[in-house]
Order: sequence, then structure tokens, then C-alpha cells
Amino acid sequence: MRHAHLASLSAEARAEMRRTERRFLASAAVRYAILIACGFAMIYPLLWLIGASFKTNHEIFTEIGFIPGSPTVEGYIEGWKTSTEYTFTRFFANTFMILIPKVIATAFSSVLVAYGFARFDFPGKRILFAILIGTLLLPNVVTRIPQYLLFRELGWLDSFLPLWVPQMFAVDAFFVFMLIQFLRGIPRDMEEAAMIDGCKPFQVLLYIVIPILKPAIISVCLFQFMWSMNDFLGPLIYISSVAKYPVALALKMSISVTESFEWNRILSMTVLALVPSLVVFFLAQKYFIEGIATTGLKG
Amino acid sequence: MYENRLLGFAYVSPFVVGLLVFTAFPFVGSFLLSFTDYNLIDPPAWIGAENYAFMFERDRVFWKSLSVTLLYVGMTVPLKLAFALYIAQILNFRLRGINLFRTAYYVPSILGGSVAVAVLWRYMFADYGVVNLILGAVGLDPVPWFGHPGWALFTITLLRLWQFGSAMVIFLAALQNVPSSLYEAAMIDGATKWQAFTRITVPLITPVIFFNFVMQLVQAFQEFNGPYIITGGGPLKATYLLPLYIYDSAFRDFDMGYGSALAWVLFAIIMVLTLIAFATSRYWVFYAGDKRV
Repeated sequence: MRHAHLASLSAEARAEMRRTERRFLASAAVRYAILIACGFAMIYPLLWLIGASFKTNHEIFTEIGFIPGSPTVEGYIEGWKTSTEYTFTRFFANTFMILIPKVIATAFSSVLVAYGFARFDFPGKRILFAILIGTLLLPNVVTRIPQYLLFRELGWLDSFLPLWVPQMFAVDAFFVFMLIQFLRGIPRDMEEAAMIDGCKPFQVLLYIVIPILKPAIISVCLFQFMWSMNDFLGPLIYISSVAKYPVALALKMSISVTESFEWNRILSMTVLALVPSLVVFFLAQKYFIEGIATTGLKG
Repeated sequence: MYENRLLGFAYVSPFVVGLLVFTAFPFVGSFLLSFTDYNLIDPPAWIGAENYAFMFERDRVFWKSLSVTLLYVGMTVPLKLAFALYIAQILNFRLRGINLFRTAYYVPSILGGSVAVAVLWRYMFADYGVVNLILGAVGLDPVPWFGHPGWALFTITLLRLWQFGSAMVIFLAALQNVPSSLYEAAMIDGATKWQAFTRITVPLITPVIFFNFVMQLVQAFQEFNGPYIITGGGPLKATYLLPLYIYDSAFRDFDMGYGSALAWVLFAIIMVLTLIAFATSRYWVFYAGDKRV
């Protein structure tokens, strides 16, 4: 009697387990279906772009699929030459000329400032920190015109200086804030031990803090790299001669005039313009996703 | 050990200099400029509130641009947040290959602001572009994605929606922190999925919703690359967002005074909306350990 009761109970429990299992599977199937459909829509533009860059112009206008019927690199060869006296070699060189000093300056200045905020006490620190947070939300649009006038007074227009110099002064509060948050989570034990052993704060920064901060500094560099690659308005305002154009401006130029009917040339150069960002992203994915998730940075 | 006050100040001094030269001075400067007439050739002439008077009373382009901007922000921000939260909710599950999907969704937001992606959009949605080819293949009429004022703003909005990835990653991190015991307790009490979502999930992630909302708002009001490259503000100024108008005033027409006045109006709108969000946040944003939850 008692045994029979137990047996029926466990049968019921097994049935319940099977039902849970089925519900889980059904739910998983629905989730996968939605994710795959959306994922395809997300990636399709990029796939189409890569495919179209190897197509002939005629095929771009007539075929939906992203695999080219008769692949050609004509778009790349002709697109690279451009209709100006410069090739994309020049424009890529300019892009990296802007980018590399900018990234280095950002990393240096942000680390110094973040170290000062996170570890030292000094008069006015609270107010300065509040201002730092305030500038996180300050729209750039309101400071842009006087900045332009300032650089014009200095005679820096049509040079890379307006794009480099502000970064030496930790103007992107995001990066400083990100490093401060990271530093606050690190106990000071090691730094204190080093100081007792006679290290100066600068040595502590160099030999202890920077090695610990390394992953956060890499995140700062990666984000600055991406944002600078994507930056269009800065070069648009400050750089006027084609010889100094970065890729972003060169692309914009190519769609506006003569080449606008040669879609495959423009699309080929568009692919190349995205390559540096994509390569860096896939090499350093974990820094991006962790960086954005833990500090809530904008993307 | 870190008691040397002067040294601390020395470390933050680059920031202080940068703040004064590249933020504070331009901030005050643009406010003053907005009361002047300045064309870069003649010295700035003080004209009082003339710029603002002209803007509000006679400048029809301004009103058009403002209404387009508000419409754009009003469409983009809620749609993007809702979509990001929806996908994050689906991803927050014990599924294989979650990281793969997360990456696929995140890539567009990394590339998103770039000129290259705007160029891609311009060609995909062109009259003879691939989107209309696909519509034709399933028997639908082609859509004038940029040719018609009603569609053009929507096409620009689509570009920004495509970049919901960064908001989604932030949502996902928050969702993963909601203790599963709360859901189990709710299920035992007979709660439906929707109830669990609205009564447990949403209240617990309100700080992140708030953060994403403010960030997306500030970003959306400053949208420039998309409309500038894809439509140039047209057709019939249907995508002529305020940042485009500011750019044209200041850097095409070299009317620095009027450009500054427009920038300050845009800034005031962003500020007021941000302040409203902050002021009302204590009624709807709940932080951990908060007794009202």
C-alpha cells in the first residue's frame, strides 16, 4: 500500500519533470528562432557589403544575394586610385597619423589624472570630481564653435593639432572616470608597502599601479581607437586640404561627386574603411564587452 | 602616504588645464557669442537677443529642424531601448552560443557611428538598392526610402536602431545580476512570465534603464553623421536635424553667432530633459538596499 503510494508519487514527479523539460526545450527553440532571425538581419548589411564589393556594378543593381556571380577586384583597384591625385594609401596613412598620437595621449593623460583623483586628497577635489562627472553629460555641440575659433587663432586649422592636443589634457572624462572606478576597486596594500620601502608616488604609479591597471588602459586605448576611427565631424571641421584627409573624409568625398555611379568602387573602399575597426574588435573582444558592461560606457 | 596635497593636484592638473581651455572657456564663449553677430571677418558685434528673437519669431527652418529633431529622438530612443531590452531578455537564458549572438549584435554598434556605415546605408536603401530589390522579389512595391519626407526620417532611425548593441550589453549585464531565486519564488506563487518581468525584472534594473535612457537621449539629440551623409538633411528638410543646422550656420555660412545661439537652444533642450529625468528618477529608479522596492 505504502509502496504503491510512493511509486505513484514518483511517477507524478517524473511526469512533472518531463513537462518542465518540454517547456524548457520549447522556450529554447523560440528563443533561438528569434535570435537567429534578428542576428541575420543585423549581420546581413555587412555580408551584403562585402559581397557587393566583389561584384560588378551591373550585378549590384540586379542581384539580391550576397555571393558575387563572377567575383572581381576591379572595384578595389579602381576605388583605391580615387579620382583625385591621391590614393587611399595617403588617406589611410593620414588616419593613422591622427589616431596613434591621439590614443597615446589619451592613455597617458587619463592615467595621470585618474591616479590623482583615486589616490590623493587635495583641496577642491570634491568639486573637481563633480565637474568631471558633469562633463560626462555635457553635449559637445555647445563647445564646438569656440573651440574652432580658438584653434583658428592659434593657426592650427588644416593641421592635426586640433585633433591631438586636447587629448593631452584628459578631455574625455569617460576614460578618466573608467580608470578611477577601476582603481577604486583595487586595495592600496601593495602601494603602501612600496612606499614604506621608499618608493616615490611616481615610482609607485610606474611600477605598481600601471601594471595593475593594464587591462583598463587597454580598454581605454581600444575605445579611443574606435571612436577616432568613427570620428567624422572633427576632421570635417578642421581639415580642409585633400592631402590631409583621413579615410572618413575621403569616403564622403567619393560619394558626393564623380564616382557616385561606380558603386563597387565606393563599396570596396567602405569595406576597407571598416577593416581596422573589425580587426581590432575581434582581437580584443573581451576588453570591449567587459569594459562596456562594467563601467556602462557608451558604445 | 598619499598626503602630499600639492602632488595630488599636480597629477590632476592636466585635467584642470583641459577643463579651463577646452571646456569652460568654450562653454562660456559660445553663450556670449550667441548674443553677437560674427562672420569671422568683421569683429563680433553685440546684438543682444536678436539671434534668439529671429530664431523663435521668423526662422521657419529652425522650427522645422526642431520638430524633426524631436520626432527623431522620440522615435529612436524608446524603440532602441525597448529592442535592446527585449533581445537582452532573450539572451539571458542558459543557451549554447550566447556569446556568438552577443557578438553579432554588438558589432554594428561598434561600427555604427562611422562614415562607412552611413555610406553603406545610403547604397542599401537607394532607389535601386538591395532593400528595394528584396521587396521586389517578394512582390512588394519599392519604397522611396530617402525620396519621400515621411520615409527619410524613418530610414535614418533604422540606422540607429541597428546599433542597439551597446545598450543591450549593459542591459544583459544587469539582467544577469537579478537573483534567480526571486523568479523561482514568483513562479511558486503562480506569477505569469509577464508579471515576473514587470514586477521583478523591470524594478530591479531601473538604474540601468535610467542610465541607458539618459545616454541615448544625449546621443540622439547630437546625431550628425547619419543624416549628413545619407540624406544631407533632405528631402524638404525632413531629416534636417538641429546639429546639421548648427553645422551649416557655423561652418558653411560662417555665421558663428547664430550657430552658437542654435547650439545653446539644443543644449537647453538636452539639459532640461536630462534634469527632468534626474528629478523624476527618485520616483521610479530603485537602488539595491532601497526600502521602497
